[in-house]
Amino acid sequence: MLPVHVAVLCSFLSAFAALGANRHPALLARLAFPLLGLAGLAAAYAGLDTLLHGRVLTLVLPLGLPWLHWQMYLDPLAGVFLAIIGTVLVAVSLYGPGYVREYRPKRDSLAALGGFTGLFVVGMLLVVVAGDAFMFMVAWELMSLSSYFLVAFQHEHAANRRAAFLYLLMAHAGGLLILFAYGVLAAHAGGFSFAAMRAASIPAPWASVAFALAFVGFGMKAGLVPLHAWLPEAHPVAPSHVSALMSGVMLKVAVYGFVRVAFDLLGHQIQAGWGISALLVGSITALLGVLYASVQSDLKRLLAYSSIENVGMIFIALGLALLFLGTGHATLGYLALVAGLYHACNHALFKGLLFLGAGAVLQQSHERDLERMGGLLRRMPWTGLMMLVGCLSIASLPPFNGFVSEWLTLQAALQGVVLDNGVLRILVPIAAAMLALTAALAAATFVKAYGVAFLGQPRGRHVRHAREADRGMRGAMALLALLCLALGVLPTWFIGLLDAVPRSLFGTGLPFAVAEGWLWLTPSGAARASYSAPLVLLAIGLAWLVAWLVLHPHRGQAVRRGAPWDCGFGPLNSRMQYTAAAFAMPIRRIFRPVWRIDEQLERTVDSASGRVTGLRHSLTIGDRAWTLLYEPLGRWVLLAARRVSRMQTGNIRGYLAYSFFTLLFLLWLIS
Amino acid sequence: MADQLILEWLLALLQTLLFAAGAPLFAGWVKRLKCGLQNRRGPSLLQPYRDLWKLMRKQVVLAEEASPLFRAAPYVVFAATALAASTIPLIAVHLPTGAIADVIVLVGFLGLARFFMALAAMDVGTAFGGMGASREMTVSSLAEPAMLMAIFTLTMTAHSTNLSHAMDQLIADGLVLRPSFMFALMGLLLVALAECGRIPVDNPATHLELTMIHEAMLLEYSGRHLALMEWAAQLKLAIYAVLIANIFIPWGVATRLTPDYLAMGLLAIVAKLALLGMALALAETVLAKMRLFRVPAFLNLAFLLALLGMLSHVILEVGA
Repeated sequence: MLPVHVAVLCSFLSAFAALGANRHPALLARLAFPLLGLAGLAAAYAGLDTLLHGRVLTLVLPLGLPWLHWQMYLDPLAGVFLAIIGTVLVAVSLYGPGYVREYRPKRDSLAALGGFTGLFVVGMLLVVVAGDAFMFMVAWELMSLSSYFLVAFQHEHAANRRAAFLYLLMAHAGGLLILFAYGVLAAHAGGFSFAAMRAASIPAPWASVAFALAFVGFGMKAGLVPLHAWLPEAHPVAPSHVSALMSGVMLKVAVYGFVRVAFDLLGHQIQAGWGISALLVGSITALLGVLYASVQSDLKRLLAYSSIENVGMIFIALGLALLFLGTGHATLGYLALVAGLYHACNHALFKGLLFLGAGAVLQQSHERDLERMGGLLRRMPWTGLMMLVGCLSIASLPPFNGFVSEWLTLQAALQGVVLDNGVLRILVPIAAAMLALTAALAAATFVKAYGVAFLGQPRGRHVRHAREADRGMRGAMALLALLCLALGVLPTWFIGLLDAVPRSLFGTGLPFAVAEGWLWLTPSGAARASYSAPLVLLAIGLAWLVAWLVLHPHRGQAVRRGAPWDCGFGPLNSRMQYTAAAFAMPIRRIFRPVWRIDEQLERTVDSASGRVTGLRHSLTIGDRAWTLLYEPLGRWVLLAARRVSRMQTGNIRGYLAYSFFTLLFLLWLIS
Repeated sequence: MADQLILEWLLALLQTLLFAAGAPLFAGWVKRLKCGLQNRRGPSLLQPYRDLWKLMRKQVVLAEEASPLFRAAPYVVFAATALAASTIPLIAVHLPTGAIADVIVLVGFLGLARFFMALAAMDVGTAFGGMGASREMTVSSLAEPAMLMAIFTLTMTAHSTNLSHAMDQLIADGLVLRPSFMFALMGLLLVALAECGRIPVDNPATHLELTMIHEAMLLEYSGRHLALMEWAAQLKLAIYAVLIANIFIPWGVATRLTPDYLAMGLLAIVAKLALLGMALALAETVLAKMRLFRVPAFLNLAFLLALLGMLSHVILEVGA
């Protein structure tokens, strides 16, 4: 039995074990989560093993239809994503037992939670190892459907039901497009297996059609703007460990699907135009995602919007890769592809970490609203420290992992001058500038999120009584935080692993990236650019040490504590602090047209004295995608339905006539 | 070979120390010139050193609510800024530190320093800190793309993001008037004014609460923490000044590690910085601080200039 089989089997067993959790809640913590952890370990092992040895594994399973057996295909590309799923799964399995204590067995069905989590994981694992379109789609639907139930887990709130329905709708619209994309490919390949599709030569227009369908279909699941509107509704309302899986891992599965179709199945006929569209959509997604994230005051919603931003960054890198591959600059294309995959891994780690941290805060304080948080670093020092690592990573700051992938993407973009087309030569640096703007705004967003939630003074009653999360939850966060640091400090080693992906897809890899040893990262030769993250970490440590040794008092001089400066007006209180809305106000004002902002200021004036006795400020920030795309589309669908409903006469003779004429039409069609 | 390597590392270390030691002098020079231009008697050039020395010996007073992050932040800010300084060729190219961290990492270091400074500002929970942090992060998020754009023009011209290599290349190219560099220079000048908190974006001399950006973040600091923060700010100003001076007027930077070349390099950078300081003092005297919400327009101009530089490079200079 292979490790990947163990992973799938363990997740299945975990789903079964959880079925009894309503009667015996301990089953969830004692059996279901450990099984998930085992599945995670096995998946991570299978993924890393494939990457290390660059092996490709093909199996025909005794499942599926009699004439159409399912095929399993495990290559380094699948290995990367298996490793992502496995790693986050291990963290979630450590975290889960502590977190689900929040749910009471009487009110919330723990069996549903554990069962669907297991099935969700099975779905994701099978998508990644599927070797034919048939198994891929079955697994894809399993993943979508089971995660629907997880989004709808707390269905007593109407908003959650609405979010879940929207999610289901979008998942299926996307699934349909993916099905069409595979349909186009299968029609030319004469079979459903990926091997046949890869070998088939498809006329260029049809290849573009398949790419466009796959791009939109997978983009819907990955949350590309303007198809993202379901994501910030659905991800935050799921239980936090499931949010971590959805944002950290499921979006990556969508990225996997896109990479599989664009770089593998259509890999030998990539066109530059695909790269341009992916680059444009990616840039817009990244920028709008971070702008929306920056104004959110719900912590989990902020994280969900930031996932959209990061998916945009991944697509910028993948778009660059397609562009370079489509114009014959293969080495640069591999570099950008590796940068995109690197960012996919990074985002899984830090977004998983941040969602788990937000979950710990939610469990302890029952607050998701930043405006009622504050001072949590003193109440939850470990969670605070881990979240700090997560925020530094997601803000792309050295020496953490987010910086490495941004650096690689910029390095690839900087070589856009090799392109022959003048317009493209301009487009690529502008995309790089968008990437820089996105990263800078992400830093502002996470200063806000961390500063308002963890620093300052508590703004609400609940936060004041928060306690540190339990040991398993802290361990899960520590695991992800350490991995964030490890991927930031040892990028060369990790890029050596990822290099197996272009090697297996295209036959060659990056010639220079790891040529100078583990200490140096030189994506296109040492003279062009180099980065040594271990030495950077060492240097920061040394500089810190020197400054501290020189300055820190050896004389045992105690630090005096005093009241902060209050301008002489008397003691400060927590209501005087900057709020999350106030922090984001300059950004909101500068980029005003991006949002649909409804800001109201009501004054209560005392009629006798004319003095203002009360002020009420309300701020609602809406997503423009709704007014520009979804609502018109919804109206149009309703209108069309109303037109069609005229056929419904309620008269049996009418219906018989319909059947008769349909029959006649069909007969005419086949004769 | 080994001797050469040791020499290079030694030189990199000395250069960084010189950078850190010289930064207050540059700040003092600008201040003194500014006072002169405004008909005031300026403080001595050594005043910044005296201030730092005084602060370092003073007892630290922390706010009651301050968390460990507040105490760690000055060290992180200073360490990150010092590392950023260490990657810039001050008097000589062939820096081994340039290979550890290229110019994108330099921007990353400055970002790291800013991140911790803004977090520390929010730590105590006063309105000033939050205000300063919010404004600083907004201004810098608009300035950073402009800065990267300007720097990309340089790196694309020199085919390297390693600052040492790039400068070496530019010196080897000799005197070439590149239109792209003119635009990039103008863009980078505006970015430097914004990032270092100078007039017209922020006023380093003010403590008027509604106009503060940088100072608002440091309000709760005292003693050695404040000294480190102030020093880091002076270092940051010097970093931008040296970047501008050595990228756009690279001549004089030592390309060989012999005493005469190094002496020449030292002389050149002192002269360049003295001139740049004069320009800064003059600009700060004739310009007025602008309203906060005019700053985005200012930075958009910087971005557009940098973009024009990039475009003119891509259109006019590639392949030419």
